[in-house]
Amino acid sequence: MSLGKTEVEYISRLTQIEVREENVDGVAAKLSNILDLFTQMEAADTQGVEPMAHPLDAVQRLRADVVTEVDQHKKLQAIAPSAAEEHYLVPQVIE
Amino acid sequence: MHNLTIKQMSEKLHAGEITSVELTQHYLDRIDQFDAELNAYVTVTPELAISMAEEADQRFAAGSAELLTGIPVAHKDIFCTDGVKTSCSSKMLDNFIAPYDAHVVTQLKRVGMPILGKTNMDEFAMGSSSESSYYGPTKNPWDHKAVPGGSSGGAAAVVAAGLAPMATGTDTGGSIRQPASFCGITGIKPTYGSVSRFGIIAYASSFDQAGPMTRSAEDSAWMLNAMAGFDERDSTSLEREKIDYTAELDQSLKGLKVGVPAEYFGEGLDADVEKIVRDAIAEVEKLGAEIVEVHLPNKDLAVPSYYVLAPAEASTNLSRFDGVRFGYRCDQPKDLEDLYKRSRSEGFGEEVKRRIMVGAYALSAGYYDAFYLKAQKLRRMVRDDFTNAFESCDVIMGPVAPTPAFNIGEKSGDQISMYLSDLYTIPVNLAGLPGLSVPAGFAQDRPVGLHIVGPYFSEAKLLNIGHQFQQVTDWHKQVPAQYQ
Repeated sequence: MSLGKTEVEYISRLTQIEVREENVDGVAAKLSNILDLFTQMEAADTQGVEPMAHPLDAVQRLRADVVTEVDQHKKLQAIAPSAAEEHYLVPQVIE
Repeated sequence: MHNLTIKQMSEKLHAGEITSVELTQHYLDRIDQFDAELNAYVTVTPELAISMAEEADQRFAAGSAELLTGIPVAHKDIFCTDGVKTSCSSKMLDNFIAPYDAHVVTQLKRVGMPILGKTNMDEFAMGSSSESSYYGPTKNPWDHKAVPGGSSGGAAAVVAAGLAPMATGTDTGGSIRQPASFCGITGIKPTYGSVSRFGIIAYASSFDQAGPMTRSAEDSAWMLNAMAGFDERDSTSLEREKIDYTAELDQSLKGLKVGVPAEYFGEGLDADVEKIVRDAIAEVEKLGAEIVEVHLPNKDLAVPSYYVLAPAEASTNLSRFDGVRFGYRCDQPKDLEDLYKRSRSEGFGEEVKRRIMVGAYALSAGYYDAFYLKAQKLRRMVRDDFTNAFESCDVIMGPVAPTPAFNIGEKSGDQISMYLSDLYTIPVNLAGLPGLSVPAGFAQDRPVGLHIVGPYFSEAKLLNIGHQFQQVTDWHKQVPAQYQ
């Protein structure tokens, strides 16, 4: 299975990972190699097999809907790249 | 001092023959002496280690010390450690000082184990050689030309070289067992859900499981006792009664049924590794076990299934790294999209980006059924293989990896060959079963492990087998000449 420029650009958009023009062919080749590995699955007969999401087929444990987190925004924002007045700062989105 | 068992260290500490400060300083001195060459630690925390050792010594004086109190530990740099850099060996988290402790870190702090530092690993645990670390590869203490395995390569190297008596690791596709095999130490991946994932930086959440990496099976049993147990902060943590993993260590192996899967001894297995593993199984047979042939017919489907599912989970888990709240942010982003894209592109290494991209593609419209759903079906078939095999045996034995440690750089350009080196460990993660690696010999002067896999919750039995094997062999006592 071989990926081209269009697919690489699509995946780049999905993942928000930049692929420079000069690297597109290289990335496409490496990803295609991995997809070749995936195609080995095609030969397996999986008719009637239920997909397995959890090794022990366990269901998600639920808890009471009560607040358990304490407010520690100062500690958490101390490691932010840019924060002020309880907000995380990003480049301006709206003029 | 660094070649004692954990129990012997504990006895000396309790008897007052050594203090935790002395023991901890001994390891810090060895790290100073050896780690510049080995590159097994990302961060060493001498002040923290000594202050924790002083607290441990106070517990001995107060009579409140436990078996592991005062014995230092190294944490894989994937475990969040409050106030300490937790990088996951990525540029993305090079500036990340964790604001809280992982559950495992909390547990071992509670027991009073001083933290020596954080160990090197493949970036975000994606790799089998520890070469993809932002901080450069760790060397194998047995041969500096060789990789230590991965992703918990730093953890395996520090235990093998005596730069920590024990270390924490995580295993998503073999990341405890394969480096344990490559470095000649003992490592166990417990049943999925036994050890809390809280505070472990997520790679593939339905596979990730933490476990101990130590010199011997007995040491691992003691350490697993401290690590495992229910934690409400991990939604997949299992609510079960507390298990004593040391309880069965001394049991006889008489009557144990050992399944040997023909599929694990096929093409691609190094002849020297095969001989070592077969000899080890014969040794277990001498201890009273019965050997039976079993089959795992879907073994070859495990690697492709895993490389769909794990990257798919990674692509969603790693979407949190966006340059906004923590971690790396690119210089002077011109708008929000530029901030996301450049932060992620500059912050992640090549293999991490590749797995995110391939995972997102497998989940994308039009491919979900063909890749993701198909892989989940194969996952069940691989699990059912084990269920069927365990109807005729108690445990399964085979190789951990097809070869001994390979050379640094040997496989780094060929990711498929690297992926295939995990073909014996990955099926165990797909099924969520416990698996143990114990040292079993040397091939081409590099260590080789024996892989022992059991049914769910059979960790105590696996450690019993490992311990009994280590009563009649001394592979686990071998130390690389330069690190004696």
